[in-house]
Amino acid sequence: MKSVSARRKGGFIHETGFDMVFDIVIILIAVLLSLLVLYPLIYVVSASFSNPLSITRGEVWLLPKQITLNAYQSIITNQDLLSGFKNTVVIAVLGTLINLVMTTCCAYPLSRKEMFGHNTITVFITFTMFFSAGMIPNYLLIRDLNLLDNTLALILPGSISVYNMLIMRNYFQNSIPEDLFGAAKIDGCNNIQTLVKVVLPLSKSIIAVMVIFYAVGHWNAYFDSLLYMSSKDKFPLQLVLRRLLLESQALQDDTGIGQHMAESSLAFVSIQYAVIVVSSLPVLILYPLLQKYFVQGVMIGAVKG
Amino acid sequence: MTGVKLSNKKLEKENKVHAIKKSIKNNWDLYLLLLLPVTYFLVFKYRPMAGLIIAFKNYKFNLGYWRSPWASAFGFGNFIRFFQNAYFSEIMWNTLSLSLLQLICSFPVPILLAVIMNELRSKSLKKGLQLITYAPHFISTVILVAIMEAMMNPNTGVFNALITACGGEAVYFFGKPEYFRPMYILSGIWQNSGYSSIIYLAALSNIDPQLIESARIDGANRLQIIRSITLPALIPTAVILLIMNSGKVMSVGFEKVYLMQNTMNVRASEVISTYVYKSGIESAQFSYSTAVGLFNSVINIVLLLIVNQVSKKLTETSLW
Repeated sequence: MKSVSARRKGGFIHETGFDMVFDIVIILIAVLLSLLVLYPLIYVVSASFSNPLSITRGEVWLLPKQITLNAYQSIITNQDLLSGFKNTVVIAVLGTLINLVMTTCCAYPLSRKEMFGHNTITVFITFTMFFSAGMIPNYLLIRDLNLLDNTLALILPGSISVYNMLIMRNYFQNSIPEDLFGAAKIDGCNNIQTLVKVVLPLSKSIIAVMVIFYAVGHWNAYFDSLLYMSSKDKFPLQLVLRRLLLESQALQDDTGIGQHMAESSLAFVSIQYAVIVVSSLPVLILYPLLQKYFVQGVMIGAVKG
Repeated sequence: MTGVKLSNKKLEKENKVHAIKKSIKNNWDLYLLLLLPVTYFLVFKYRPMAGLIIAFKNYKFNLGYWRSPWASAFGFGNFIRFFQNAYFSEIMWNTLSLSLLQLICSFPVPILLAVIMNELRSKSLKKGLQLITYAPHFISTVILVAIMEAMMNPNTGVFNALITACGGEAVYFFGKPEYFRPMYILSGIWQNSGYSSIIYLAALSNIDPQLIESARIDGANRLQIIRSITLPALIPTAVILLIMNSGKVMSVGFEKVYLMQNTMNVRASEVISTYVYKSGIESAQFSYSTAVGLFNSVINIVLLLIVNQVSKKLTETSLW
């Protein structure tokens, strides 16, 4: 805010022709960039509402042609997709809950500098950020724990993201006045009571940040389920999606262009777009509402700690 | 003399022990809170590190981690087997070129984007640009690759419709190894540049407005201000991110490469992580694939340490 007004004032004194041209160029670039980023998203939505025949003829390039809801009708009855949705909602809710509890239990003690050994424990934990055992030892661990093909295998191994934990610790350290801890102590609170009664009520914004980071992560997770899951009815959304899209891709590759395509594989052309829209919808609808929180999260994370 | 010193030291030590005891007594509940997280790190992060021992063994399921026999060549047989693999140099080249190209191509984009956002005088335009450019970050890798596959399909994709409309011939982008790297990198820029620019915007908001004002009074135009105030203010952030990224040079994200890979572009898209997945999970060669993965991690951490040291010397910015 301040910098804008300062610049305006300066500009009032020194506004040159060059700066005016510069302004216009910047605006043009900004608009162009926005369009470039938006285009694929708009196209996908338009294609999902279009008649597949007009997609294959290349008539759809921005707005939907021959609007139809056929694609959506055929996917809401798809059992695999439905069960994928259900599984992912369960994983996201349960997983995020565990993430929140575990991350708080880790971040809060590490934020208290008077605790003996907090540095050593921090090093012990952040080390895992830079060095991990890798895919196969992790897989063997899940197998040894008898968690293969168990939904818990998609939740427990990622209970704490070190990066998120450090963001939360930084928040506890920098955004909660040190006096409050002293006051709570005088009132006879132990550390856990202080956490519950004083710290957490003041940490709603950081909790929101954590919920978003973790929940989006669960919603979009694919790799772990590829590694660990084998029963179809336990597959999360992304894995179901991948299999569905591979099927449709294979159908499109096998058959010829446009009119020569079989009716069923033609339908797949718009179905794949509808599937993309439906599965990213929850995240993209919530996204504008939540934007300020994750920007905040990145900013807190940027404070070196 | 020495006696006094010694007793002083002893006293200090006693005081310290006393302070530690007091801290533990006062903060027992903090340790209680840490119990679960520390157990988590031990079980899910450190226990697999112990499992790395099978990289030096010929792991047999029925014998377990400890009783499985050691690998040949003093335990390094699995590593040697990887180095002698006919595809070793190709896999290494694919991994390195993909991640280095990605680092070089995508690193400057968020910086430029942040500068552009910062120069926009209209607040609503700035907000709009932020809202739009951050959005792709939240799309899953599966969806991203699905969008690419759909739009680039030789028969039904809009890109090829455009090419054929201009009189060209439809291209099967996913079927040609030479298109793999450009597609991978460009889609990455599309997806992540906006989100990565947030951190630079944060750095820009810390610039003292008076600095800019006095530059204006001295007659600097806006391009000159960008060059001599805005960009230098971004250097420390850029260096930190560069160090962080250099630690990942050998570990290009498995997911996206794997999802974009098919039998036709595998010559360009086989990287270490996809190779580990195939030889480990698909062919169950656990010891061999663990060795390949370990080789990868060790190079990563060595690179991170080197770049961190170099940057410490050159710019006094480092991770620790």
